[in-house]
Amino acid sequence: MSGKDRLNVFPSRMALAIMKQRLKGAQKGHSLLKKKADALTMRFRQILKKIIETKMKMGDVMKESVFSLAEAKFTTGEFNHVVLQNVNKAQLKVRSKRDNVAGVQLPVFEHYADGVDSYELTGLSRGGQQIDKLKKNYAKAVELLVQLASLQTSFVTLDEVIKITNRRVNAIEHVIIPRIENTLSYITTELDEREREEFFRLKKIQEKKKQIRKEQERIKEELRLQGVKVDQEVDNILDEGRDEDLLFN
Amino acid sequence: MAHAAQKGKLIAVIGDEDTCTGFLLGGIGEINKKREPNFLVVNKNTSVMEIEEVFRNFVKRSDIAIILINQNVAEMIRHVIDTYTDPIPAVLEIPSKECPYDASKDSILRRAKGMFTAEDFR
Repeated sequence: MSGKDRLNVFPSRMALAIMKQRLKGAQKGHSLLKKKADALTMRFRQILKKIIETKMKMGDVMKESVFSLAEAKFTTGEFNHVVLQNVNKAQLKVRSKRDNVAGVQLPVFEHYADGVDSYELTGLSRGGQQIDKLKKNYAKAVELLVQLASLQTSFVTLDEVIKITNRRVNAIEHVIIPRIENTLSYITTELDEREREEFFRLKKIQEKKKQIRKEQERIKEELRLQGVKVDQEVDNILDEGRDEDLLFN
Repeated sequence: MAHAAQKGKLIAVIGDEDTCTGFLLGGIGEINKKREPNFLVVNKNTSVMEIEEVFRNFVKRSDIAIILINQNVAEMIRHVIDTYTDPIPAVLEIPSKECPYDASKDSILRRAKGMFTAEDFR
């Protein structure tokens, strides 16, 4: 494990320093990402709760709308085809804004009305009040549905982002940090090894030098015993005899 | 994108006649220059293929932000809806006249399942 799963670096002190920095960076990134994931999950749960509430509310609102449609039909008679044929320009539209949650852009829809009501004349002959009520009910339904849509969009987006963030957190925790730690321990052992080698080498050289010196001492001693003058007088450098004049001719 | 966002987007409806009528009276209907409506009336003669095609078209159109679809219609093209996961346009399943809303069939709620606890449902 430790031999395989590490970064490919030359074990030097600089690499060690760099690795230490990277480890620190990875840990910082990990904690930040974890915080982000927590923030997102919190928001996610809020949205989920709201979605469920809104979906349940939607059932009631839709029921009311359908009832009013039936009422209107009862008073006005069949007008489906009139409505379906007279479609022209949308009066209710949605605008999308962006909301920022922990660096994630969530689209938020909001509806607004522009243009004229293309069904202004519908129900003028009969059942005007019912049709008016019907329109109001459906406008309310649309409002709720737009709300629900933005919640749902946020839900889908957040779901995706949370997955990505969790993947990153796990990757850092289980892949990147162990790898850097392995590299660190590899560099440390390698440096220690080298230090021991160096120490051993120094010892060895010292020993060698000692031996050589001993040998020389022994030879000198032998020569002295034989009467050979070993230690020559060292010339005095201040007492430097006569210098030949340098003459250029 | 920014330009389209400022222009205002449409809400599309796929559903039975009454649902469409209601929402159109609510004022969301529009027919564009190519005479394409942003709604589809599904009756018993409408084939699944047709619904599928219209749904795919709505998803592709850039001027649609929300697609409302009756739950019984959604049930017919469930495979298409389940594979559709983009956030925009948002696909919303709404109850229709003849069948009440069943939360357990909803694509989104099904995806959210497992994250719920019992108290969320109430």
